[in-house]
Amino acid sequence: MDYALFLGCTVPARSLGYDISVRKVAKDLDINLIDVEGFSCCGFPTASIHRETSLALAAINLCLAEERNLNIITLCNSCTAYLTKVNMILKNNKETFEKVNEVLKANDLEFKGTIDVKHISRLLYEDIGTVKIEKTVKRSLDGIKVAPIYGCHYLKPSSIYNKFDDPEMPKSLDSIISATGATSLDFPEKILCCGGAILAIDENASMGMTHIVLDSVKSLEADAMATICPFCHLMYDEYQATIGNKYGKDYNIPSLFFSQLLGLAFGHEAKELGLKFNAVRTKNLVKKIMGGEQ
Amino acid sequence: MGEEREQEKGKKKSGEFQVITEDQLDPQFKYEIIKEPGGENFLRCMQCGTCTASCPVKAIDPDYNCRRIIRMALIGDKESVLKSKFIWMCSTCYSCYERCPQDVKITELMFALKNIAVKYGYIHPSIKAQLDLLEKFGALLEISEFENRMREKYGLPKINQSPEKVKKVLEKEKIKDVIEGDS
Repeated sequence: MDYALFLGCTVPARSLGYDISVRKVAKDLDINLIDVEGFSCCGFPTASIHRETSLALAAINLCLAEERNLNIITLCNSCTAYLTKVNMILKNNKETFEKVNEVLKANDLEFKGTIDVKHISRLLYEDIGTVKIEKTVKRSLDGIKVAPIYGCHYLKPSSIYNKFDDPEMPKSLDSIISATGATSLDFPEKILCCGGAILAIDENASMGMTHIVLDSVKSLEADAMATICPFCHLMYDEYQATIGNKYGKDYNIPSLFFSQLLGLAFGHEAKELGLKFNAVRTKNLVKKIMGGEQ
Repeated sequence: MGEEREQEKGKKKSGEFQVITEDQLDPQFKYEIIKEPGGENFLRCMQCGTCTASCPVKAIDPDYNCRRIIRMALIGDKESVLKSKFIWMCSTCYSCYERCPQDVKITELMFALKNIAVKYGYIHPSIKAQLDLLEKFGALLEISEFENRMREKYGLPKINQSPEKVKKVLEKEKIKDVIEGDS
């Protein structure tokens, strides 16, 4: 199946491990991800300032995918929610539809409402299915305890997601993790906000939010965290040591993109999955997974 | 009596909050909010506090209280609401949105309040900075030669950032005037 891969702003610049591993894993699962020339910001960053602008910015990307007759696959939770939401608004609200198309004329684009948007994790859960994931596993992650990190906009607002998962007690990412043979940990903080969205507004509050989740994961003695959003990754991986210092904790929890974990389970080597880009070292985790192989 | 009230006005109570008097309030503010997309259900709020209890920002910073922001907006304390840093502190996690028994759609309400604040010339500097980046790169982060060399090294396709379409939208929406509060 062909899809347009929407990387967003953060992934292609700062989350190469996600970019690399998603492409690897998609190939294993017969998902054909196509890079579309001209994709730009999803529009979400301007939603706080000027709604109309943000709708038109989102629509640019929707139109480019429509022109190629491709559904969009997203990697970032915020891009997912915003593109899904704007797609839904424009499909259902005639007044907004006309207003936005008027703005898009400057770009010779026209929104028609012919495609859908899905996060890669939702695609795996809903369309590919855990049975196929299980069949693709070449190296079981049996014995590895993984804390699933859902983030916010992957599940919420649930009104735009057709109830594919429960926002309070989600299971889609858990079931993907379980399909690799790993143990998916159940803990209430797995749906909490990472704080990344307000890092530039209030660093203390932002990092405080991250530390609550890290504390919980640490207490569960997880071998790794699995994230599905570059902002969660930024907070739980890149900022983990800084937050540890701030709160006097030595977390040292490998925080992987879920696609990196899947890649390991599908038999790839660490260096094929961009694990070198992770801030918290993953060497011991990989050793534990490889077990007898090395 | 009048004198006492004059003295009371502007006096800080419990070291934190100022006493609010009627002349500071704008009874029309609530109608301005319900006209803004996202603010439609705002008058339904019954102050139950489920939003505040669900808020992960509040869990860290007790001063951030979305129920109080809604109450302030309801009574028409317009300037305090629009000027406050608090409306920019919503992490947009949608926990309150999901749980609100009155379906006030609080996260969307916060977007509406921020949009109104911008119209009056109040904007958080970090958001302003993001606009400059969007105009320059069509994205919040630049993919320079360096990033592209790195991408190529790891077998990733090169990215040619093309801000033209984004720029045209920003121009057509007169975003520069919007953030100056001139709209």
